[in-house]
Amino acid sequence: MSALTYTIPKFELFAVDWAILIIYFFFVLGVGFTLKRYMKTSTDFFLSGKSIAAWITGLAFISANLGAQEVIGMAASGAKYGIATSHFYWIGAIPAMIFVGIFMMPFYYGSKARSVPEYLKLRFDEKTRGFNALSFAAMTVFSSGISMYAMGKLLNLLLGWDFNTCVLVSGFIVLLYTFLGGLTSAIYNEVIQFFLIVFGFIPLVFLGLKNVGGWEGVKARLAQEGWFRSEILSENMNPDALTHSWKYMGDAASNPMGVEWFGLVMGLGFVLSFGYWCTDFLVVQRAMAAKDMSAARRTPLIAAIPKMLFPLLVILPGMLAIGIAPLADKALQPKADVKSAMTLQIEKSNPELAQRLAAHNVPSMEELTALGGRGMVPPKIDMDTVVLTPEGGKKGNIVFKKQSDGQPILDKAGKPIVELDYDLVIPMMLHKYFPAGLLGLGLCALMASFMSGMAGNTTAFNTVWTYDIYQSYIRKNAPDKHYLWMGRYATVGGILLSMGAAYAATRFNNIMDILQLVFAFVNAPLFATFMLGMFWRRATGHGAFFGLLSGTLAALLHHGMTLPYGSMVGLKGGYFAVVHTYPSEMAQNFWTAIFAWTVCFVVTIVISLATRQTKKAEELKGLVYSLTPKPKEDGIPWYKQPAYLGGAVLAVTIVLNVIFR
Amino acid sequence: MTADIRIPIGAMFSLMGLLLGLYGWSTYGSEMYARSLGMNMNLYWGCAMLLFGVLMLLFGLKAQFCGKKK
Repeated sequence: MSALTYTIPKFELFAVDWAILIIYFFFVLGVGFTLKRYMKTSTDFFLSGKSIAAWITGLAFISANLGAQEVIGMAASGAKYGIATSHFYWIGAIPAMIFVGIFMMPFYYGSKARSVPEYLKLRFDEKTRGFNALSFAAMTVFSSGISMYAMGKLLNLLLGWDFNTCVLVSGFIVLLYTFLGGLTSAIYNEVIQFFLIVFGFIPLVFLGLKNVGGWEGVKARLAQEGWFRSEILSENMNPDALTHSWKYMGDAASNPMGVEWFGLVMGLGFVLSFGYWCTDFLVVQRAMAAKDMSAARRTPLIAAIPKMLFPLLVILPGMLAIGIAPLADKALQPKADVKSAMTLQIEKSNPELAQRLAAHNVPSMEELTALGGRGMVPPKIDMDTVVLTPEGGKKGNIVFKKQSDGQPILDKAGKPIVELDYDLVIPMMLHKYFPAGLLGLGLCALMASFMSGMAGNTTAFNTVWTYDIYQSYIRKNAPDKHYLWMGRYATVGGILLSMGAAYAATRFNNIMDILQLVFAFVNAPLFATFMLGMFWRRATGHGAFFGLLSGTLAALLHHGMTLPYGSMVGLKGGYFAVVHTYPSEMAQNFWTAIFAWTVCFVVTIVISLATRQTKKAEELKGLVYSLTPKPKEDGIPWYKQPAYLGGAVLAVTIVLNVIFR
Repeated sequence: MTADIRIPIGAMFSLMGLLLGLYGWSTYGSEMYARSLGMNMNLYWGCAMLLFGVLMLLFGLKAQFCGKKK
């Protein structure tokens, strides 16, 4: 049955699901109201009075990053790229998290800086801080807007709730608890959200794995998917690439990400990841709220432990989904006697694969594509054609892949290729496996992830706005009470601006890509500035400022002169001229970051050498490595010392990479 | 330290776990569990959440009332 329309099922909520959601919102707001009376000074509001235990700031550190792009986007990438998605964790997060804990936290926590831009002011000068503060503030508003947009769109699609109401209500809830309890409230809620996400997703992974017959079953199913994509859809990838994270990284044309190992390690693993985890105030702020230096340094290391294991929770559901038949999965059904055309084709071209598929009872490609999508991944539907079905589902025309001249792209069998909506993987899996009750919990976990992303950005925004923009440029010497007041109202302003951004954010089909792009422009050069600032005392203010500026411009220029394969000139690049074509959007993003970083690094050094260092050695104490006393770890048990903790996390990460190579 | 975070977490998970567990118990054998591969996941997972919640609550209350007094 070749369907030209697809129906997204309606999620039916029962009283028990509502009750779970209500319990969650009651506690979220309760925390805000309880903490209100502890917010006496601006330090309480913006930095939690520097009083929080390491395990709490650690979980908040990870949870602030666990926004919409994480849960929805990583599962989407899991279905699209397979196990290689875990590079975003094992290469793209863990090393940087260890580095920030061991080497950089002493400067952030030990100096008088209250925010990342303020560190830049102390180390370099006012203009460097201003540049960073403004670009960072814009980025937080944008990210939080994306969270809101994604949440509104999703709830509207699945539950039929009104988009505007979703944006308003979610904005209001986040506003209320951050307005009342400041950073402490955001951190406490992030910890709650962390546990909710863990408890909401474990049953999904458990049921999915049980359904397909464990890891071996996953591998067999992804082998068929790989065969289908390379043989029938003629995609550039090795059929085996979905279950190997390293094996096919030697050549961009043989893995579905379309990147090669150098771009991956340098672009994602070094520039983007260090730029994010080491300089993004959103996460650094959590560590700065810790109760002492040792706790602050432990924060990212404690966060690295769950981060290292998260691929299991957020990527695996996507990988499972692509191989599970949407109607009834074969693993639960008696074997059919009649073999489908594509199964026969596999038997002919790849008997070894056919044997594996039969051994693991893998559904045929026909069963997987029966409804128009692939596995549990639905096809994209044209939103303008959507009508409500009597059951409350949303039925719309399937979108097919098109060439630039508007002609549909055909597969080897001569059929038009369906565009898949990977971002709906998690909801479809929840719908398939969760009965009433558990479904409420699953939705709660999703909403928690959206809201933690928003709250994290909001608290970072109000701090940077108040300390680095308002106090520096608008009103300098006001009493502390005034800044506390400003912080509260900056929260309101931030939420309003995010709502504006929510209405503006659309376009890319994978939320992850759009965020990576923004990070590439703004964050990528930043790590060069910090690295030179922290480890080279000769770096000057002029050097840093013009380095950053030219780094960001280099990113823009590079993006404007290249294009990912198969894309049209416009938002995806090539707006100046198309000089080079990358195999994928991801490769283009990674290389944009590498260019930006290199330009910033070189320009900063050259201009620093050409200008005079205006800061005296005395002023740089606590800000530069060679002038800062090493933090003492006397009396702290060895398992709490950053070096041991970091080493252990790194060792386990390497083992994981070897297992899933 | 202001209020111990383990207390609200514990209370929330205990409540949710209790609710989910009771719901699972009252719908034992219902057809809807075909979705979760025939297992009454509400009951099992509700119990797991309740256990986690009670543990968090115990540790939190212990720290709040018997902990170090400054």
